[in-house]
Amino acid sequence: MAEIIGGGGGGGKHGKKKAKKGAASIDMTPMVDMAFLLLTFFVLAATLAKPKAMEIIYPKEVDETDTTKTKLQDRLATTLLLGVNENEVFYYPGLFKPEETVLILTDFSKDGFRKVMLERNATVDSQVKQLKEKLFNKEIDEATYQEAYKQVVNADDAPFVIIKTVGGTKYKNVINGMDELNICNVRKRAIQDMAESEFIALRQKSSELGLKKK
Amino acid sequence: MPKIKVPKSAPSLDMTPMVDLAFLLVTFFMLTAKFRNMEPITADPPSSTSLTQLPENVMLITIDTAGRAYYDIAGRGVRQRLMERMILRYPGVKFTPDQIDEFSKMGTFGQPVELMAQYIAADADMKTIMDNGGKGIPMDSLNNQLGDWIQEGYYAFMDDATDKGMTKDQLKKEGLRYAIKADGNTDYEKVKRVIDVFRDKEIYQFNMVTNLEGGNDNADANLTTK
Repeated sequence: MAEIIGGGGGGGKHGKKKAKKGAASIDMTPMVDMAFLLLTFFVLAATLAKPKAMEIIYPKEVDETDTTKTKLQDRLATTLLLGVNENEVFYYPGLFKPEETVLILTDFSKDGFRKVMLERNATVDSQVKQLKEKLFNKEIDEATYQEAYKQVVNADDAPFVIIKTVGGTKYKNVINGMDELNICNVRKRAIQDMAESEFIALRQKSSELGLKKK
Repeated sequence: MPKIKVPKSAPSLDMTPMVDLAFLLVTFFMLTAKFRNMEPITADPPSSTSLTQLPENVMLITIDTAGRAYYDIAGRGVRQRLMERMILRYPGVKFTPDQIDEFSKMGTFGQPVELMAQYIAADADMKTIMDNGGKGIPMDSLNNQLGDWIQEGYYAFMDDATDKGMTKDQLKKEGLRYAIKADGNTDYEKVKRVIDVFRDKEIYQFNMVTNLEGGNDNADANLTTK
């Protein structure tokens, strides 16, 4: 600690203290430690702060009476129903028929909805993987890849998914669902409001299964 | 045979170049670091496997669990113009040049335009009180201020881009993007309300801010795992 010079006067008999001669040397270790600490902090802070984003494109308001647009085939459809509770995740393939359609419980784990969609989307998925491999081996360039990718995922017979939500559906679940579709290379998708009949079926099914709020 | 004598002395290494370099890097990172503005609310976005980074030129709407909307747009020049445009649109509200300047330096805000002058002038504590008690930016059909902020934000960005001499190609690549950062536990309905405001303005493409998910099941990592 620093000492206050002067005062007391209890020093030696010398009037002045002589400065020591010799090369002045300061221990730089703490300073260097500090410098590296700051360096590490700034490097980490600079790279960690970048947020990630998922791109979602919403359709324009479509005119229902427009019949010139090609209609999507029902057999290619999968509908994902997201209920109010986080674990109320159901799907059904094809068209909804009030008395017949059976809702199947699923989740967003590895063996849940992803497995289902990978199976249904197998053709597209394997084509995409081939493309990726070609890109990886530098057989095609990025632009060709993008073009081919678009064609593959938007093919007429590519399966599509409709995510249906109700009033209390959590945003997290919608994003999870979209994320699974990204992983499964399903690019034909839409987010819609749930029909009343579907909501009734969902509530019935979830009370049957005894799903409670987690 | 005489042995070769190894000089006995503490091995010493000249650390000066390393230290120089370390300080150089510290200075570099310190100067390039940008201060993050205080965020009035915490929204913990859901996680996804998306690896896309949030674009630079972005208009960000933050939505908290209560469905309150907060607005932010990047760029001081853009914000300055945006405020000038909003004053023209809402002739009732008055701002001093100092307040406009202060606004251009600010971050996310969620106050109706009538309270903005008061909000800008408030100190940090008062701002917190106003944020906690506030209702976010109004977006009902009678008083759609969020829609106005979005529209004027777009024009302000375009004016700024023209002044900077951005070409069409540049605009295509790094033009204004729209991002939504919502808390994972928000009702989707409330996020949809904001999206509908955007759709009214014929904006259909969004970047949903997400946290990066742990594990190696990323969409892009599928390539190697098959």
